[in-house]
Amino acid sequence: MREKVVEIRGLEKSFGDLDVLKGVDLDLYRGENLVVLGKSGSGKSVLIKIMVGLLKQDAGTMNVLGQEVSTLSPKELNKLRLKIGFSFQNSALYDSMTVRENLEFPLVRNVKNLTRGEINKRIEELLDSVGLPQSINQMPSELSGGQKKRIGVARTLILKPEIMLYDEPTAGLDPITCMDINNLILEVRERYKTSSIVITHDLACAKVTGDRMAVLLDGQFKAMGTFEEVFSHAEDQRVKSFYDYNFIES
Amino acid sequence: MAEESHDRKPLLSKKIDKFFTGLADAWNFVRRFFQEVFLPPYEFKEVIHQCYRIGVESLPLISLTGFIVGIVFTNQSRPSLSEFGATSWLPSLISIAVVRAMGPLVTALIAAGKVGSSIGAEIGSMKVTEQIDAMEVSATNPFKFLVVTRVLATTFMIPILVLYTDFVALIGSFINVNANELVSLSTFFVQVFESITFLDITSSILKSLVFGFTIGVVGCYKGYHSSKGTEGVGRAANSAVVISMFLIFIEELLSLQIVNAIRAM
Repeated sequence: MREKVVEIRGLEKSFGDLDVLKGVDLDLYRGENLVVLGKSGSGKSVLIKIMVGLLKQDAGTMNVLGQEVSTLSPKELNKLRLKIGFSFQNSALYDSMTVRENLEFPLVRNVKNLTRGEINKRIEELLDSVGLPQSINQMPSELSGGQKKRIGVARTLILKPEIMLYDEPTAGLDPITCMDINNLILEVRERYKTSSIVITHDLACAKVTGDRMAVLLDGQFKAMGTFEEVFSHAEDQRVKSFYDYNFIES
Repeated sequence: MAEESHDRKPLLSKKIDKFFTGLADAWNFVRRFFQEVFLPPYEFKEVIHQCYRIGVESLPLISLTGFIVGIVFTNQSRPSLSEFGATSWLPSLISIAVVRAMGPLVTALIAAGKVGSSIGAEIGSMKVTEQIDAMEVSATNPFKFLVVTRVLATTFMIPILVLYTDFVALIGSFINVNANELVSLSTFFVQVFESITFLDITSSILKSLVFGFTIGVVGCYKGYHSSKGTEGVGRAANSAVVISMFLIFIEELLSLQIVNAIRAM
Protein backbone atom coordinates (compact mmCIF):
# COMPACT_ATOMS: atom_id res chain seq x y z
CA MET A 1 0.00 0.00 0.00
CA ARG A 2 1.33 3.43 -0.94
CA GLU A 3 2.32 5.77 1.86
CA LYS A 4 0.25 8.92 2.23
CA VAL A 5 2.32 12.04 2.83
CA VAL A 6 -0.64 14.42 2.87
CA GLU A 7 -4.15 13.56 4.00
CA ILE A 8 -6.84 16.25 3.89
CA ARG A 9 -10.34 15.61 5.22
CA GLY A 10 -13.35 17.93 5.24
CA LEU A 11 -11.24 21.07 4.87
CA GLU A 12 -13.20 24.31 5.02
CA LYS A 13 -12.00 27.88 4.67
CA SER A 14 -13.85 31.12 4.17
CA PHE A 15 -12.87 34.77 3.96
CA GLY A 16 -15.67 36.87 5.40
CA ASP A 17 -18.84 35.80 3.61
CA LEU A 18 -16.95 34.04 0.83
CA ASP A 19 -16.71 30.26 1.29
CA VAL A 20 -13.60 29.21 -0.62
CA LEU A 21 -13.13 25.60 0.45
CA LYS A 22 -16.23 23.63 1.35
CA GLY A 23 -15.20 20.26 2.73
CA VAL A 24 -12.21 19.26 0.62
CA ASP A 25 -10.81 15.70 0.80
CA LEU A 26 -7.45 14.91 -0.78
CA ASP A 27 -4.55 12.44 -0.48
CA LEU A 28 -1.01 12.84 -1.77
CA TYR A 29 1.08 9.66 -1.98
CA ARG A 30 4.85 9.44 -1.63
CA GLY A 31 6.61 10.01 -4.90
CA GLU A 32 3.59 11.17 -6.88
CA ASN A 33 2.91 14.45 -8.63
CA LEU A 34 -0.64 15.60 -8.02
CA VAL A 35 -1.98 18.47 -10.09
CA VAL A 36 -4.75 20.64 -8.64
CA LEU A 37 -6.66 22.40 -11.39
CA GLY A 38 -9.25 25.09 -10.97
CA LYS A 39 -10.40 28.55 -11.99
CA SER A 40 -8.68 31.65 -10.65
CA GLY A 41 -9.99 32.34 -7.15
CA SER A 42 -11.21 28.77 -6.67
CA GLY A 43 -9.05 28.27 -3.57
CA LYS A 44 -6.16 26.26 -5.03
CA SER A 45 -3.46 28.45 -3.49
CA VAL A 46 -5.42 28.65 -0.23
CA LEU A 47 -5.21 24.86 -0.01
CA ILE A 48 -1.41 24.75 -0.16
CA LYS A 49 -1.04 27.80 2.06
CA ILE A 50 -2.98 25.95 4.77
CA MET A 51 -0.58 23.04 4.24
CA VAL A 52 2.44 25.15 5.28
CA GLY A 53 0.60 27.02 8.02
CA LEU A 54 0.42 30.38 6.24
CA LEU A 55 -3.36 30.21 6.62
CA LYS A 56 -5.52 28.35 9.12
CA GLN A 57 -8.52 26.26 8.17
CA ASP A 58 -11.95 26.91 9.70
CA ALA A 59 -12.79 23.21 9.88
CA GLY A 60 -11.43 19.83 8.83
CA THR A 61 -8.01 18.24 9.12
CA MET A 62 -4.74 18.76 7.25
CA ASN A 63 -2.34 15.97 8.01
CA VAL A 64 1.14 16.43 6.53
CA LEU A 65 3.85 13.78 7.04
CA GLY A 66 1.86 12.38 9.95
CA GLN A 67 1.33 15.71 11.71
CA GLU A 68 -1.86 17.75 12.00
CA VAL A 69 -0.74 21.20 10.85
CA SER A 70 -3.32 23.24 12.80
CA THR A 71 -2.29 21.78 16.17
CA LEU A 72 1.46 22.30 15.82
CA SER A 73 3.36 24.79 17.98
CA PRO A 74 5.36 27.45 16.08
CA LYS A 75 8.56 25.43 16.68
CA GLU A 76 7.00 22.19 15.43
CA LEU A 77 5.51 24.00 12.46
CA ASN A 78 8.93 25.36 11.51
CA LYS A 79 10.38 21.83 11.71
CA LEU A 80 7.64 20.60 9.39
CA ARG A 81 8.18 23.53 7.02
CA LEU A 82 11.77 22.41 6.50
CA LYS A 83 10.37 19.26 4.88
CA ILE A 84 8.10 21.23 2.53
CA GLY A 85 9.35 23.30 -0.38
CA PHE A 86 7.03 26.09 -1.53
CA SER A 87 7.57 27.57 -4.97
CA PHE A 88 5.60 30.82 -5.16
CA GLN A 89 3.62 32.06 -8.17
CA ASN A 90 5.82 35.14 -8.57
CA SER A 91 8.94 33.34 -7.32
CA ALA A 92 9.11 35.63 -4.24
CA LEU A 93 12.87 36.02 -4.50
CA TYR A 94 14.30 38.47 -1.95
CA ASP A 95 14.95 41.39 -4.27
CA SER A 96 17.57 43.05 -2.07
CA MET A 97 19.75 39.92 -2.22
CA THR A 98 21.77 38.28 -4.99
CA VAL A 99 20.90 34.78 -6.23
CA ARG A 100 23.64 33.34 -4.00
CA GLU A 101 22.27 35.17 -0.94
CA ASN A 102 18.72 34.05 -1.79
CA LEU A 103 19.83 30.42 -1.76
CA GLU A 104 22.03 30.88 1.28
CA PHE A 105 19.31 32.54 3.35
CA PRO A 106 17.26 29.46 4.35
CA LEU A 107 20.34 27.26 4.51
CA VAL A 108 22.43 29.21 7.02
CA ARG A 109 19.42 29.80 9.24
CA ASN A 110 18.29 26.20 9.41
CA VAL A 111 21.37 24.00 8.99
CA LYS A 112 24.01 24.58 11.63
CA ASN A 113 27.76 23.96 11.47
CA LEU A 114 28.11 24.22 7.70
CA THR A 115 31.46 25.47 6.44
CA ARG A 116 31.65 28.16 3.76
CA GLY A 117 32.89 25.49 1.35
CA GLU A 118 29.92 23.21 2.02
CA ILE A 119 27.48 26.10 1.57
CA ASN A 120 29.09 27.12 -1.72
CA LYS A 121 29.13 23.52 -2.94
CA ARG A 122 25.44 23.04 -2.25
CA ILE A 123 24.52 26.34 -3.91
CA GLU A 124 26.58 25.55 -7.01
CA GLU A 125 25.10 22.03 -7.26
CA LEU A 126 21.57 23.40 -7.12
CA LEU A 127 22.22 26.15 -9.62
CA ASP A 128 23.68 23.51 -11.93
CA SER A 129 20.60 21.33 -11.50
CA VAL A 130 18.27 24.19 -12.46
CA GLY A 131 20.58 25.14 -15.33
CA LEU A 132 21.59 28.60 -14.08
CA PRO A 133 25.14 28.38 -12.70
CA GLN A 134 26.07 31.68 -14.36
CA SER A 135 23.40 33.63 -12.43
CA ILE A 136 24.97 33.18 -9.00
CA ASN A 137 25.91 36.84 -8.51
CA GLN A 138 22.94 38.39 -10.32
CA MET A 139 20.15 40.30 -8.63
CA PRO A 140 16.57 39.00 -9.09
CA SER A 141 15.71 42.14 -11.10
CA GLU A 142 18.26 41.05 -13.73
CA LEU A 143 16.56 37.67 -14.29
CA SER A 144 13.76 36.73 -16.70
CA GLY A 145 10.46 35.27 -15.44
CA GLY A 146 11.55 31.71 -16.23
CA GLN A 147 14.93 32.18 -14.58
CA LYS A 148 13.26 33.57 -11.47
CA LYS A 149 11.02 30.47 -11.29
CA ARG A 150 14.06 28.22 -11.55
CA ILE A 151 15.93 30.09 -8.83
CA GLY A 152 12.77 30.02 -6.68
CA VAL A 153 12.65 26.22 -7.07
CA ALA A 154 16.39 25.97 -6.31
CA ARG A 155 15.89 28.00 -3.13
CA THR A 156 13.21 25.61 -1.90
CA LEU A 157 15.33 22.57 -2.79
CA ILE A 158 18.31 23.74 -0.77
CA LEU A 159 16.73 22.35 2.40
CA LYS A 160 16.09 18.97 0.70
CA PRO A 161 12.30 18.90 1.17
CA GLU A 162 10.18 15.75 0.99
CA ILE A 163 7.17 17.56 -0.45
CA MET A 164 7.20 20.26 -3.14
CA LEU A 165 4.34 22.68 -3.60
CA TYR A 166 4.29 24.58 -6.89
CA ASP A 167 1.91 27.53 -7.04
CA GLU A 168 1.14 28.29 -10.70
CA PRO A 169 4.64 27.35 -11.93
CA THR A 170 3.98 28.29 -15.55
CA ALA A 171 1.85 31.41 -15.04
CA GLY A 172 2.93 34.31 -17.24
CA LEU A 173 5.60 32.34 -19.12
CA ASP A 174 5.97 31.70 -22.86
CA PRO A 175 5.28 28.13 -24.12
CA ILE A 176 8.96 27.19 -24.49
CA THR A 177 9.83 28.36 -20.97
CA CYS A 178 6.70 26.55 -19.73
CA MET A 179 8.07 23.33 -21.21
CA ASP A 180 11.40 23.95 -19.46
CA ILE A 181 9.62 24.46 -16.13
CA ASN A 182 7.51 21.32 -16.65
CA ASN A 183 10.69 19.32 -17.29
CA LEU A 184 12.26 20.86 -14.21
CA ILE A 185 9.30 19.70 -12.08
CA LEU A 186 9.79 16.15 -13.38
CA GLU A 187 13.56 16.34 -12.88
CA VAL A 188 13.11 17.52 -9.30
CA ARG A 189 10.95 14.49 -8.55
CA GLU A 190 13.45 12.10 -10.11
CA ARG A 191 16.55 13.62 -8.56
CA TYR A 192 15.27 14.61 -5.11
CA LYS A 193 12.57 11.92 -4.69
CA THR A 194 9.92 14.46 -3.77
CA SER A 195 6.15 14.20 -3.72
CA SER A 196 4.54 17.28 -5.29
CA ILE A 197 1.36 19.24 -5.55
CA VAL A 198 1.24 21.44 -8.64
CA ILE A 199 -1.36 24.19 -8.60
CA THR A 200 -2.20 25.35 -12.11
CA HIS A 201 -4.85 26.09 -14.67
CA ASP A 202 -2.49 25.21 -17.51
CA LEU A 203 -3.59 21.79 -18.81
CA ALA A 204 -0.40 21.27 -20.81
CA CYS A 205 1.58 21.62 -17.57
CA ALA A 206 -0.90 19.32 -15.83
CA LYS A 207 -0.67 16.65 -18.53
CA VAL A 208 3.14 16.63 -18.58
CA THR A 209 3.84 16.85 -14.85
CA GLY A 210 0.87 15.15 -13.16
CA ASP A 211 0.32 11.51 -12.25
CA ARG A 212 -3.14 12.43 -11.00
CA MET A 213 -5.38 15.48 -11.46
CA ALA A 214 -7.92 16.97 -9.08
CA VAL A 215 -10.29 19.64 -10.36
CA LEU A 216 -11.38 22.17 -7.73
CA LEU A 217 -14.67 23.89 -8.49
CA ASP A 218 -17.07 25.65 -6.11
CA GLY A 219 -14.85 24.80 -3.17
CA GLN A 220 -14.88 21.05 -3.77
CA PHE A 221 -13.08 18.52 -5.95
CA LYS A 222 -15.44 17.73 -8.82
CA ALA A 223 -13.18 15.25 -10.60
CA MET A 224 -10.11 13.24 -9.65
CA GLY A 225 -7.97 10.66 -11.43
CA THR A 226 -5.45 10.43 -14.24
CA PHE A 227 -5.58 13.01 -17.02
CA GLU A 228 -7.55 10.65 -19.27
CA GLU A 229 -9.96 9.63 -16.50
CA VAL A 230 -10.73 13.24 -15.64
CA PHE A 231 -11.14 14.66 -19.12
CA SER A 232 -12.27 11.71 -21.30
CA HIS A 233 -15.45 11.17 -19.37
CA ALA A 234 -15.98 14.59 -17.85
CA GLU A 235 -19.62 15.03 -16.89
CA ASP A 236 -19.32 18.50 -15.42
CA GLN A 237 -19.52 21.06 -18.23
CA ARG A 238 -16.97 23.30 -16.52
CA VAL A 239 -14.41 20.48 -16.39
CA LYS A 240 -15.03 19.86 -20.09
CA SER A 241 -14.67 23.52 -20.94
CA PHE A 242 -11.35 23.54 -19.12
CA TYR A 243 -10.10 20.93 -21.57
CA ASP A 244 -11.71 22.56 -24.61
CA TYR A 245 -10.20 25.97 -23.87
CA ASN A 246 -6.69 24.66 -23.19
CA PHE A 247 -6.54 22.39 -26.24
CA ILE A 248 -8.48 24.78 -28.50
CA GLU A 249 -11.38 22.48 -29.25
CA SER A 250 -14.75 23.95 -29.98
CA MET B 1 -33.73 62.78 6.40
CA ALA B 2 -34.32 59.64 8.38
CA GLU B 3 -32.73 57.64 5.62
CA GLU B 4 -29.70 59.95 5.61
CA SER B 5 -29.02 59.53 9.30
CA HIS B 6 -29.56 55.79 8.94
CA ASP B 7 -26.84 55.78 6.27
CA ARG B 8 -24.39 57.83 8.33
CA LYS B 9 -24.54 55.84 11.55
CA PRO B 10 -22.95 52.60 10.38
CA LEU B 11 -20.32 54.59 8.44
CA LEU B 12 -19.29 56.42 11.59
CA SER B 13 -19.29 53.31 13.76
CA LYS B 14 -17.32 51.45 11.08
CA LYS B 15 -14.67 54.16 11.18
CA ILE B 16 -14.52 54.12 14.96
CA ASP B 17 -14.37 50.34 14.89
CA LYS B 18 -11.53 50.47 12.34
CA PHE B 19 -9.66 53.05 14.45
CA PHE B 20 -9.78 50.96 17.62
CA THR B 21 -8.98 47.73 15.76
CA GLY B 22 -5.97 49.49 14.25
CA LEU B 23 -4.92 50.71 17.69
CA ALA B 24 -5.17 47.19 19.13
CA ASP B 25 -3.19 45.81 16.17
CA ALA B 26 -0.48 48.42 16.67
CA TRP B 27 -0.33 47.64 20.39
CA ASN B 28 0.05 43.91 19.63
CA PHE B 29 2.77 44.75 17.11
CA VAL B 30 4.75 46.71 19.72
CA ARG B 31 4.19 43.99 22.31
CA ARG B 32 5.43 41.35 19.86
CA PHE B 33 8.56 43.46 19.26
CA PHE B 34 9.38 43.45 22.97
CA GLN B 35 8.71 39.70 23.18
CA GLU B 36 10.90 38.86 20.18
CA VAL B 37 13.77 41.26 20.79
CA PHE B 38 15.08 39.24 23.75
CA LEU B 39 14.58 35.78 22.23
CA PRO B 40 17.22 34.02 20.10
CA PRO B 41 18.19 33.77 17.30
CA TYR B 42 19.69 37.29 17.28
CA GLU B 43 20.17 38.84 13.85
CA PHE B 44 23.26 40.92 14.74
CA LYS B 45 24.54 41.04 11.16
CA GLU B 46 21.24 42.40 9.87
CA VAL B 47 21.04 44.97 12.72
CA ILE B 48 24.50 46.27 11.77
CA HIS B 49 23.53 46.33 8.09
CA GLN B 50 20.41 48.33 8.90
CA CYS B 51 22.36 50.71 11.20
CA TYR B 52 24.72 51.36 8.30
CA ARG B 53 21.84 52.00 5.89
CA ILE B 54 19.95 54.25 8.29
CA GLY B 55 22.97 56.07 9.68
CA VAL B 56 25.47 56.47 6.89
CA GLU B 57 22.98 56.90 4.08
CA SER B 58 21.16 59.66 5.98
CA LEU B 59 24.35 61.62 6.67
CA PRO B 60 24.43 63.88 3.57
CA LEU B 61 20.84 65.07 4.04
CA ILE B 62 21.22 65.45 7.82
CA SER B 63 24.51 67.36 7.39
CA LEU B 64 23.07 69.81 4.90
CA THR B 65 19.89 70.40 6.90
CA GLY B 66 21.70 70.77 10.24
CA PHE B 67 24.18 73.22 8.76
CA ILE B 68 21.45 75.35 7.16
CA VAL B 69 19.36 75.28 10.37
CA GLY B 70 22.39 76.60 12.32
CA ILE B 71 23.03 79.44 9.89
CA VAL B 72 19.38 80.45 9.41
CA PHE B 73 18.45 80.28 13.09
CA THR B 74 21.46 82.41 14.02
CA ASN B 75 20.62 84.93 11.34
CA GLN B 76 16.98 85.15 12.35
CA SER B 77 17.80 85.52 16.07
CA ARG B 78 20.35 88.33 15.64
CA PRO B 79 17.93 91.27 15.04
CA SER B 80 15.93 90.52 18.22
CA LEU B 81 19.05 90.21 20.36
CA SER B 82 20.73 93.27 18.84
CA GLU B 83 17.74 95.42 19.89
CA PHE B 84 18.85 94.77 23.48
CA GLY B 85 22.55 94.90 22.60
CA ALA B 86 22.79 91.21 23.46
CA THR B 87 24.23 89.66 20.32
CA SER B 88 27.00 88.20 22.49
CA TRP B 89 24.36 85.82 23.81
CA LEU B 90 23.89 84.27 20.36
CA PRO B 91 26.05 81.18 21.05
CA SER B 92 24.10 80.49 24.27
CA LEU B 93 20.73 80.98 22.63
CA ILE B 94 21.57 78.82 19.62
CA SER B 95 23.15 76.01 21.65
CA ILE B 96 20.14 75.77 23.98
CA ALA B 97 17.68 75.82 21.10
CA VAL B 98 19.65 73.32 19.01
CA VAL B 99 20.44 70.82 21.77
CA ARG B 100 17.09 70.96 23.54
CA ALA B 101 14.69 71.03 20.62
CA MET B 102 15.83 71.73 17.08
CA GLY B 103 18.50 69.05 16.74
CA PRO B 104 16.31 66.14 17.86
CA LEU B 105 13.21 67.46 16.10
CA VAL B 106 14.85 68.26 12.76
CA THR B 107 16.74 64.95 12.71
CA ALA B 108 13.66 62.93 13.64
CA LEU B 109 11.48 64.65 11.04
CA ILE B 110 14.05 64.10 8.30
CA ALA B 111 14.54 60.48 9.36
CA ALA B 112 10.77 59.98 9.42
CA GLY B 113 10.65 61.18 5.81
CA LYS B 114 13.69 59.34 4.55
CA VAL B 115 14.01 56.24 6.72
CA GLY B 116 10.36 55.75 7.74
CA SER B 117 9.10 55.87 4.17
CA SER B 118 11.82 53.57 2.90
CA ILE B 119 11.11 51.00 5.64
CA GLY B 120 7.36 51.20 4.94
CA ALA B 121 7.85 50.81 1.18
CA GLU B 122 10.44 48.05 1.45
CA ILE B 123 8.50 45.85 3.86
CA GLY B 124 5.23 46.68 2.06
CA SER B 125 6.61 45.54 -1.28
CA MET B 126 8.03 42.39 0.35
CA LYS B 127 4.57 41.71 1.71
CA VAL B 128 2.72 42.11 -1.60
CA THR B 129 5.28 40.07 -3.54
CA GLU B 130 5.01 37.22 -1.00
CA GLN B 131 8.66 37.56 0.09
CA ILE B 132 7.54 37.63 3.73
CA ASP B 133 5.55 34.43 3.18
CA ALA B 134 8.61 32.90 1.50
CA MET B 135 10.67 33.71 4.60
CA GLU B 136 8.04 32.19 6.84
CA VAL B 137 7.79 28.92 4.89
CA SER B 138 11.56 28.56 4.97
CA ALA B 139 11.27 28.46 8.78
CA THR B 140 12.69 31.96 9.27
CA ASN B 141 10.85 34.37 11.53
CA PRO B 142 10.19 37.37 9.24
CA PHE B 143 9.15 39.56 12.16
CA LYS B 144 12.52 39.06 13.79
CA PHE B 145 14.52 39.46 10.58
CA LEU B 146 12.64 42.45 9.17
CA VAL B 147 10.95 44.27 12.04
CA VAL B 148 13.11 43.73 15.12
CA THR B 149 16.34 44.55 13.25
CA ARG B 150 14.98 47.75 11.70
CA VAL B 151 13.39 49.03 14.92
CA LEU B 152 16.63 48.40 16.84
CA ALA B 153 18.62 50.14 14.11
CA THR B 154 16.44 53.27 14.10
CA THR B 155 16.39 53.35 17.92
CA PHE B 156 20.21 53.21 18.10
CA MET B 157 20.99 55.42 15.13
CA ILE B 158 18.66 58.40 15.62
CA PRO B 159 20.37 59.55 18.88
CA ILE B 160 23.77 59.32 17.14
CA LEU B 161 22.41 61.30 14.20
CA VAL B 162 20.95 63.86 16.62
CA LEU B 163 24.35 64.45 18.28
CA TYR B 164 25.86 64.81 14.81
CA THR B 165 23.13 67.28 13.74
CA ASP B 166 23.70 69.32 16.92
CA PHE B 167 27.39 69.54 16.10
CA VAL B 168 26.85 70.48 12.43
CA ALA B 169 24.19 73.07 13.34
CA LEU B 170 26.56 74.65 15.87
CA ILE B 171 29.30 74.78 13.23
CA GLY B 172 26.85 76.53 10.88
CA SER B 173 25.96 78.92 13.66
CA PHE B 174 29.64 79.57 14.44
CA ILE B 175 30.39 80.46 10.81
CA ASN B 176 27.57 83.02 10.88
CA VAL B 177 28.59 84.43 14.29
CA ASN B 178 32.24 84.53 13.31
CA ALA B 179 31.48 86.41 10.11
CA ASN B 180 29.32 89.02 11.85
CA GLU B 181 30.60 89.32 15.42
CA LEU B 182 34.20 88.13 14.86
CA VAL B 183 33.91 85.59 17.68
CA SER B 184 36.65 82.93 17.73
CA LEU B 185 35.92 79.19 17.64
CA SER B 186 37.11 78.61 21.22
CA THR B 187 35.08 81.55 22.62
CA PHE B 188 32.00 80.32 20.74
CA PHE B 189 32.25 76.77 22.03
CA VAL B 190 33.13 77.83 25.59
CA GLN B 191 29.87 79.80 25.63
CA VAL B 192 28.02 76.86 24.06
CA PHE B 193 29.19 74.36 26.70
CA GLU B 194 28.57 76.83 29.54
CA SER B 195 24.94 77.15 28.46
CA ILE B 196 23.94 73.53 28.04
CA THR B 197 23.46 71.28 31.04
CA PHE B 198 23.69 67.55 31.65
CA LEU B 199 19.88 67.42 31.72
CA ASP B 200 19.74 69.05 28.26
CA ILE B 201 21.96 66.39 26.75
CA THR B 202 20.41 63.38 28.50
CA SER B 203 16.86 64.49 27.76
CA SER B 204 17.83 65.10 24.14
CA ILE B 205 19.32 61.61 23.81
CA LEU B 206 16.41 59.95 25.62
CA LYS B 207 13.77 61.58 23.46
CA SER B 208 15.82 60.75 20.36
CA LEU B 209 15.66 57.09 21.39
CA VAL B 210 11.88 57.41 21.57
CA PHE B 211 11.76 59.19 18.19
CA GLY B 212 13.91 56.46 16.63
CA PHE B 213 11.74 53.73 18.09
CA THR B 214 8.63 55.49 16.80
CA ILE B 215 10.03 55.86 13.26
CA GLY B 216 11.05 52.19 13.16
CA VAL B 217 7.84 50.80 14.61
CA VAL B 218 5.50 52.93 12.49
CA GLY B 219 7.43 52.21 9.26
CA CYS B 220 7.54 48.48 9.94
CA TYR B 221 3.91 48.31 11.10
CA LYS B 222 2.62 50.11 8.04
CA GLY B 223 4.72 47.98 5.69
CA TYR B 224 3.87 44.73 7.44
CA HIS B 225 0.15 45.49 7.27
CA SER B 226 0.06 46.98 3.79
CA SER B 227 -2.80 45.79 1.65
CA LYS B 228 -2.25 43.94 -1.58
CA GLY B 229 -0.99 45.75 -4.63
CA THR B 230 1.35 48.58 -5.48
CA GLU B 231 -1.17 51.15 -4.30
CA GLY B 232 -0.94 49.59 -0.84
CA VAL B 233 2.85 49.94 -0.87
CA GLY B 234 2.61 53.66 -1.71
CA ARG B 235 0.00 54.14 0.96
CA ALA B 236 2.15 52.30 3.52
CA ALA B 237 5.14 54.54 2.78
CA ASN B 238 3.04 57.68 2.89
CA SER B 239 1.21 56.87 6.11
CA ALA B 240 4.48 55.77 7.76
CA VAL B 241 5.79 59.31 7.26
CA VAL B 242 2.60 61.13 8.26
CA ILE B 243 1.96 59.07 11.41
CA SER B 244 5.62 59.14 12.49
CA MET B 245 5.75 62.93 12.17
CA PHE B 246 2.50 63.35 14.07
CA LEU B 247 3.71 61.10 16.90
CA ILE B 248 7.10 62.82 17.00
CA PHE B 249 5.43 66.20 17.62
CA ILE B 250 3.28 64.72 20.39
CA GLU B 251 6.33 63.07 21.96
CA GLU B 252 8.26 66.35 21.74
CA LEU B 253 5.44 68.12 23.56
CA LEU B 254 5.30 65.45 26.26
CA SER B 255 9.07 65.40 26.74
CA LEU B 256 9.05 69.19 27.07
CA GLN B 257 6.52 68.95 29.90
CA ILE B 258 8.51 66.21 31.65
CA VAL B 259 11.84 68.05 31.37
CA ASN B 260 10.26 71.31 32.58
CA ALA B 261 8.82 69.48 35.57
CA ILE B 262 12.25 68.00 36.36
CA ARG B 263 13.87 71.42 35.99
CA ALA B 264 11.33 72.96 38.37
CA MET B 265 12.11 70.40 41.08
